[in-house]
Amino acid sequence: MTTRIDARFAELRKAGRKALVTFVTAGDPDPDTSLAILRALPGAGADVIEIGMPFTDPMADGPAIQASGQRALKAGQTMAKTLDMVRAFRADDATTPIVLMGYYNPVYVRGPAAFAAEAKAAGVDGLIVVDLPPEEDDELCLPARAAGLNFIRLATPTTDDARLPAVLANVSGFVYYVSITGVTGAARPDADAVRAAVARIKRKTDLPVAVGFGVRDAQGARAIASAADGVVVGSALVEAVRASLVEGRATPGTVGAVTKLVADIAAGVRAA
Amino acid sequence: MDQPRPNSFRSGPDARGRFGDFGGRFVAETLMPLVLELEKAYAAAKADPAFHAELAGLHKDYVGRPSPLYFAERLTAHLGGAKVYFKRDELNHTGAHKINNVLGQILLARRMGKKRIIAETGAGQHGVATATACAKWGLDCVVYMGAVDVERQKPNVFRMKMLGATVVPVQAGARTLKDAMNEALRDWVTNVADTFYCIGTAAGPHPYPAMVRDFQSIIGEETRAQMAAAEGRLPDSLVACIGGGSNAIGLFHPFLDDAGVEIFGVEAAGHGVDVPNGHAASLAGGRPGVLHGNRTYLLQDDDGQILEGHSISAGLDYPGIGPEHSWLRDVGRVKYLSATDKEALAAFQLCARLEGIIPALEPAHALARVIDLAAERPKDHLMVMNMCGRGDKDIFAVADHLGGL
Repeated sequence: MTTRIDARFAELRKAGRKALVTFVTAGDPDPDTSLAILRALPGAGADVIEIGMPFTDPMADGPAIQASGQRALKAGQTMAKTLDMVRAFRADDATTPIVLMGYYNPVYVRGPAAFAAEAKAAGVDGLIVVDLPPEEDDELCLPARAAGLNFIRLATPTTDDARLPAVLANVSGFVYYVSITGVTGAARPDADAVRAAVARIKRKTDLPVAVGFGVRDAQGARAIASAADGVVVGSALVEAVRASLVEGRATPGTVGAVTKLVADIAAGVRAA
Repeated sequence: MDQPRPNSFRSGPDARGRFGDFGGRFVAETLMPLVLELEKAYAAAKADPAFHAELAGLHKDYVGRPSPLYFAERLTAHLGGAKVYFKRDELNHTGAHKINNVLGQILLARRMGKKRIIAETGAGQHGVATATACAKWGLDCVVYMGAVDVERQKPNVFRMKMLGATVVPVQAGARTLKDAMNEALRDWVTNVADTFYCIGTAAGPHPYPAMVRDFQSIIGEETRAQMAAAEGRLPDSLVACIGGGSNAIGLFHPFLDDAGVEIFGVEAAGHGVDVPNGHAASLAGGRPGVLHGNRTYLLQDDDGQILEGHSISAGLDYPGIGPEHSWLRDVGRVKYLSATDKEALAAFQLCARLEGIIPALEPAHALARVIDLAAERPKDHLMVMNMCGRGDKDIFAVADHLGGL
C-alpha cells in the first residue's frame, strides 16, 4: 500500500529535491490559530507536516516544545480536537502527508487499535511515538500498520549497527534520524557526522531518511538537507509562535511569523 | 482480580520487564541501548559473589545494618490488639531506606565505569542518599528536584550541597517529583556516554523496578530472620507506605509466597481520595497508563494527561506507583489502603508521644492504618510496620500544619 508519505517522498526524489518536514503542536496557541498555521504550512514550503499531540510530560523535548504543549493544553487541546484539526485540514488538502507525533499515554488510554483506525479515517498518514522502542512493537506499531498507517521510528546516535535492524523492522514511510544525543531544540548537529550516520542507515534500508533535532534556520537546514533526504524543523517554529504572542494570546502576526520562517528554511532546503 | 494467579508471586518480571501487563521499557530510542546495557551489567553483578560481599560490608559498616526490629510496646498497649513491631530503617545512615538502593546502584555504576551520577528527588531523602554515596566515592552528582520541593524541603537541599552535589531546581510543570524525573531523563538522554541514572524508587523502565526491589529486599529478609529470633515464627501481617513503593516492595517481596502473611500497602490520600486532584493514591484513584518508562496505575484525566496529585508528604507526592505494586494489586496478593494528610499528622504525633520516635510523614501514613488494623486483630497477631524514614526533615512542615511550634 502506498501512503501520502510514500507518494510525497517519491515525487521529491523524482524532482531531485529534499523534503522539509515541519513540526507544530496541535492547539498551540489556541485551536483556531493552530488550524490556520497548519493550513498555511504547505504554501510556505512544508512537504510533510508533523503535528505534535500535546502531553503533560514530554520527556524527550527541550524547553521550546515543552512550553508549546503546555500552551496547547492550557487552551483546552484534547486528542479529539487534534483529530478534528486533521479532518478540517484534509477538507481542502488531499495530498500533504500528516504525521502525528507525541508520547504513548494519550494514545494508550484511547485504545491503540481504535486510535489508529480513527486517526487513519481522519486523514492521518503516519505516527511517531517517542517512548515506544521496537521492544514494544505489539503495543501500537503493529496495530497502526494494520490500520494502514506508517509507523516512523527514531534512530539515534546510540543506535549501533547491531541494533539498527531491530529499529528498522516494521518501520515504513521514512526513518527519522535524531542528529544528536539530547532533547529537541538543543545542540546544533554536525553535518559531516549526520552524513556518515545517514549513510550507515541507508545501508540497511531503502526508506528515505529525514534528520531532525537542532535545525533552526535556512543555513542549518541546507547543511543537513545536503546530507539526508529531508530535514525536520520543530523547536524553531514553536518558538516563532511563542515570540509572536502578546500576554500569551495569538496576534495578527502569529501565522505569518511561522510561515515566514518556514519559507526561509524551505529556501535553504531547496538550495541543498 | 483481572489477572490469573501465578504459582509464585516472586518470579517477576519476565524477559520484557513485565509484571503481568505492567512494567516494560517505554523509553526513547536514545536511551534504549543504555537500558539494555544496564540490564546486562546488573545481571552480571547479581551473579557475582564479590558484588554482594562488597554491598554487605557497606550495609554493616557504613549504613549500620541490620536495622533493629523493635517491639512498640506502648503503642501496642494503647491500641489493645495486635503486637506491633517497627522495622527501624529510619536509623540507617542518611535517615531512611533510600541508602539501601543507592549503594547497590552506585556500586553498579562503578563497575560500569560511569563517573557522573544523576538522580531525581522529591522529599530529598533519595537525593541526600545519592549525594552521600557520590561523596564517598568521589563521583560527580547532579540531583534534580522540583522547585516547590526545594522550597518545602530546605534542610535536605542544604545537606546535598554540603555533600558536594549540584541541586538543580526544576521549574517545569507543577515543579515536584514527576517533573524532576522528566528533567533527569532529559539529562540522561543528553549525557549518554558517562552518566548513570540512579532512580530512587521501584519504577522506571526495566530493569529499574526489579533492581531497586532487589536492593531494598534486605528490609524483608532481615525482618524474616529477626521475627524468627524474637517470636519463633513469621509475622502475621506487614504494613508499609507507598509513594513509588520501594520501601514497601523491599519489605513485602521476601514474604509474597507466604500465604499466611497479610500484606498492606498504604497510599497517600491527601485531602481524601474523593477530592479531584487532591490526593496521590494512584491505585485508589488512577488507572493504567504509561509514564517514565513503565506501564502502571497513574493519576490521569480522561485524555491521558497526567495529574499532579497532592500529599502533605513530598515523598509520596507522585502520580504513579512501581509496576510490581500495580500487578500485586490486580492479582490480589497485597491489599492497598490509603491515609489522609490529617490521619498521617495524628499518627505522627501519637508515635512521638508513645514511642519516643518521630517518624517521617511517609511512614506516618502507614502508621495511620496500623492504628485501625492492629486494633481489629487479636493480641497474638504479629504486625510489622516499616518505619522507613525519620521525621527530622518534616518537623517544621508539621509545625506549620499544627499551627506553629
